Amino acid sequence: MRHILLGLLLLPVLAFASEAEITVKAPVDLGDQASLQRGARTFVNYCLNCHSANYMRYNRLQDIGLSEKQIKDNLLFATEKVGDTMQVAIDPIDAKKWFGATPPDLSVEVRARGADWLYAYLRGFYKDDTRPTGWNNTVYDKVAMPHVLYELQGVQVLNHETHALELVKPGKLSPTEYDEMVGDLTNFMAFMAEPAKQSRQIIGIFVLLFLGVMLVLAKKIKAEYWKDIK
Amino acid sequence: MADKKVTTASSGLAGVVDWVDARFPLTSNIKNHLTEYYAPKNFNFWYFFGSLALLVLVMQIVTGIFLTMHYKPDAQQAFASVEYIMRDVFGGNIIRYMHSTGASMFFVVVYLHMFRGLIYGSYRTPRELIWLFGVGIFLVLMGEAFFGYLLPWGQMSYWGAQVIVNLFSTIPFIGPDLSEWLRGDYLVSDATLNRFFAFHVIALPLVLLGLVAVHLIALHEVGSNNPDGVEIKNHKDKKTGIPLDGIPFHPYYTVKDLVGVVVFLMVFAAIAFFAPEMGGYFLEANNFVPADPLKTPAHIAPVWYFTPYYSILRAVPPIGISQFPGVAAMGLSVVVFAFLPWLDKSPVKSIRYRGTLYKGWLTAFVVSFIILGYLGTLPADTWGQFGAWLGKADRATVVARICTVIYFLFFILMPWYTKRDKTKPVPERVAH
Amino acid sequence: MSDTKHDSPSGLSFQPPTTIDLEKRKFLIQATAATGAVGAAAVAVPFVGSMLPSERAKAAGAPVEVDISKIEPGSMMTAEWRGQPVWIIHRTEEMLAKLGGHDEQLADPELEVPQQPAYCKNKARAINEKYAVMLGTCTHLGCSPNANFAVTADWNGGFVCPCHGSKFDLSGRVFKGSPAPTNLVVPPHQYLTENTLLIGEDKQAEA
Repeated sequence: MRHILLGLLLLPVLAFASEAEITVKAPVDLGDQASLQRGARTFVNYCLNCHSANYMRYNRLQDIGLSEKQIKDNLLFATEKVGDTMQVAIDPIDAKKWFGATPPDLSVEVRARGADWLYAYLRGFYKDDTRPTGWNNTVYDKVAMPHVLYELQGVQVLNHETHALELVKPGKLSPTEYDEMVGDLTNFMAFMAEPAKQSRQIIGIFVLLFLGVMLVLAKKIKAEYWKDIK
Repeated sequence: MADKKVTTASSGLAGVVDWVDARFPLTSNIKNHLTEYYAPKNFNFWYFFGSLALLVLVMQIVTGIFLTMHYKPDAQQAFASVEYIMRDVFGGNIIRYMHSTGASMFFVVVYLHMFRGLIYGSYRTPRELIWLFGVGIFLVLMGEAFFGYLLPWGQMSYWGAQVIVNLFSTIPFIGPDLSEWLRGDYLVSDATLNRFFAFHVIALPLVLLGLVAVHLIALHEVGSNNPDGVEIKNHKDKKTGIPLDGIPFHPYYTVKDLVGVVVFLMVFAAIAFFAPEMGGYFLEANNFVPADPLKTPAHIAPVWYFTPYYSILRAVPPIGISQFPGVAAMGLSVVVFAFLPWLDKSPVKSIRYRGTLYKGWLTAFVVSFIILGYLGTLPADTWGQFGAWLGKADRATVVARICTVIYFLFFILMPWYTKRDKTKPVPERVAH
Repeated sequence: MSDTKHDSPSGLSFQPPTTIDLEKRKFLIQATAATGAVGAAAVAVPFVGSMLPSERAKAAGAPVEVDISKIEPGSMMTAEWRGQPVWIIHRTEEMLAKLGGHDEQLADPELEVPQQPAYCKNKARAINEKYAVMLGTCTHLGCSPNANFAVTADWNGGFVCPCHGSKFDLSGRVFKGSPAPTNLVVPPHQYLTENTLLIGEDKQAEA
């Protein structure tokens, strides 16, 4: 079952193309606060060790239903304040030494890459001994980032004939659980890329309703005045 | 007592107006430009876009002022300051999306406004100057868009500016020095960003406002054209001197434009609130990656409103190692609009009374323009794979070259085909 | 077709409206103008709001924690909150005793003007009378007054503004005859522990 699922999902992902076509939709649902909160936790625990999210303030997590106290107790280091932005734990210069490049800031990563790409990327790591880190990725060939979540996902290898990924060593999570976890993470990163997206759309509905009323009035006035025109 | 009488007579709003009129031509200006400016009664859909362009201009200026309060024209801070506006400034995301949507909508509106001019011959005598000012507005607008696009300091901003500035370096002899002077550095850098900011927020807006003012003054001097292309001033009421086919701009066209404005704002709001990226055409995904002078993104293309000219640039082959012909062709493709009043030799103005020859050429021109625009959005490595039915290796280039030739022939051959064209008789008065 | 269109008596393309029309138009214009005004007001919200302190400014202006255990009795420290100096003065028994002695020279000894939170409207103008907490910004024109704790015959210790000579006592109360109109401002604050002060937020705000 596991293999069929993965095979089905990743079948179209080409092995050596650096920008393979992404066909799997990421489970993005900005209204699902539980998912966003789980994703936020994963993000802070795993990603934030090497990547910053310098434009994202912790207190913005109130938008996904966390209270200030919950943020303070669960997500912040002792020295950080709830109004701080998500700074990276490691020194960027060290990071550059270790990875060859400073890990990019992830605040707007989803807007740059797309949620579907990110979801495929997080599920697309496979063992490749030709790489310095020992890892490669189906959607980001020769990626510099190691597979940080491999303990959870396990080890995948790429079948070069079918171009499908196969799980050779299971991790702590089942493939379904892992997909759910990175799905939540992707969802959170989609939220983080534009925290005001939902409120913007709600405002948009009111703006359009208002303009609808204006349109009725404007058309009435126009018709009234244009009675004069022969 | 006599004094008191005078004060009561001129009290209230009317008194204020009288006071101002004695010192400034307020009422006469309102009359000349609104209540007693007689516009042809047969304006149709295409006549909304002039007012709408003015509306977008005002919106861009207002949103721009408020963005300037938070934006930092500094290579170290520019990208972050845009995200700061998007997240930390109250209402900042709405203001920014209004401005970014406004930039694209400005071009939508202006292109439609120009197309109106084409089909109804609005550039013909006595409106040549209006048209020339309009071409000037279009050029300044392109500069405005180009300078503004660098400011978010994303990858597309950076490399777009890099490519465009380098176009100037292809100009023979002075080119390399010229582009270095424009950048103020050996590559696009903080110095470039800072001066582009100055051009974008103050220099070009001032020129733009001046050009818009003279565009309107000239228009109100000679009067508006109309879909029939007949001069309403030829038939005036003997007593009042009011054109028989004219109606006062205010209230009739103000209320009509109000409908257009509301519809336009609905489209605008739908984009700004629900699809501000417009599928990557209004805001490009790569521009959410901060500018990196060491890494060019895989696919760089200008924003959609520049792509027709960009395609012309790519389509024209170099002479020797010089890319200048392409650059010159691109520049000419924009400037050539200015010659229209003298290229068109047709006895009629409006497309309603033109023959098939003109209609055919205009269609070919519009189709070429759209195809060129589409090709311009495609990445460089797609050129050569587009249009397999042609069975040639470099197909996109072939298509682009054909379209480029048609684009220019529309102008070059205009004196010939407009003279030869079988026109229909034009009515004396406005028909519909 | 076009002939019939132009055969109105005046020959013009528009005719003056009837009285009934005018009434209707007046109503329509008023309705549209009112609706438009509502819209304009709504549009103004993000623009006006964008000039308020941003989230960054708010984060930078967040309450600050201050350790007050190191202030020697009879001396003071200056903390920074929202970019402004906040004085914390550790007052001795003597200082406190003398504070009551010059009420008649003060402009507002009873703290009538609300320059302090309600919980500081008391004799010592403090939560814990040992520590006075106040913004070190003169209420005249915003200079920062200098401390002068040396007691003389007619001076019980306090602050003197270098700009225009306003004088304040050790509770930040202004002396009569100073250009400054009111007492120094006591910012909202609370004690997190005996020796930790949180400036910028009080217990009421949290409740």
